[in-house]
Amino acid sequence: MSKFKLFGSKLAFILFVICVSTMVGAEYADVVLNRMAEKNDMRPVIFPHWFHRIRFRCKVCHHELGFEMRAGANEITMGKIIDGQYCGMCHNGEIAWSVDNCHLCHSGKAGLKTGIRGSNETGGPGRW
Amino acid sequence: MKLRYCFHIIPLILVFGVVQAEQLWKPLASDGLHDPKSPAIGVLQEPADALSLLPKDGVGNKVSWVRALREQYIEPRTNILPETIIEVIDLDIVMEKTGEMPLVRFPHKPHTEWLDCKNCHDKIFIKKVDANPVSMLAILNGQYCGVCHGAVAFPLTECNRCHSLVRSSFLGQPGAQPVKSADTSSTPNSR
Repeated sequence: MSKFKLFGSKLAFILFVICVSTMVGAEYADVVLNRMAEKNDMRPVIFPHWFHRIRFRCKVCHHELGFEMRAGANEITMGKIIDGQYCGMCHNGEIAWSVDNCHLCHSGKAGLKTGIRGSNETGGPGRW
Repeated sequence: MKLRYCFHIIPLILVFGVVQAEQLWKPLASDGLHDPKSPAIGVLQEPADALSLLPKDGVGNKVSWVRALREQYIEPRTNILPETIIEVIDLDIVMEKTGEMPLVRFPHKPHTEWLDCKNCHDKIFIKKVDANPVSMLAILNGQYCGVCHGAVAFPLTECNRCHSLVRSSFLGQPGAQPVKSADTSSTPNSR
């Protein structure tokens, strides 16, 4: 290979690495919930931990409200939410927006699998 | 001809790299999770708007949540139900089966400021020194510390945050360390 072609292919590699590294974007600790959403023609739910951490300590949801600390382990349904369980404990129009704001939670891209998203520092361990 | 190439391409790469480095938090529309066509875009708060105001960290959300709480940048509620008991304890556990790595000092205080005892005890950790066969392999596989660290708390690339006690200079006994004075600074919210 000529020296010029080698330089060109190294350059292509560097550019490729830079482009790929920018594709990792999901905010750390965002949870995708798609057990039933897409099957019912709704976008998957994106739950952002960062927004909730600013307002609540972990123990409020993961102890008082009964959320298991594993994506997909909680059988959440709209019925339960409307009843005041899980998300509905706060998303009732009083503490936070009410449950008829469907698209604010159901805002994910099609085809996302349930799970918590890390970042490029950890793709997440096998068990997640 | 090669030299001319460098003058054009390398500055472009540097500028591109700097632009990417500045962008600590991706906008919702391009984070790979949110559907850019969703009506939520433009209504939901952008991560950068909130997180840029908090103490910085190099990893995870790029925010030091423990500092944000301690220095009162944020005031997250401790409870919703009035009967919930809040327990912050200042108890360090030293773990010495760390091979050649420095010993691990697990501090209960920052953890109990956020979590309830039942979040870890006894489903993740049995409340007894040496009763949990913790290993890095298990942690990396999402067990023990790995339930949260790498998912919600700082990732497992930050070895020295846990492995912080140099073996030769640690003169105490492994396991539970002497309890410091009772912490009364965290009281339940009256709301």
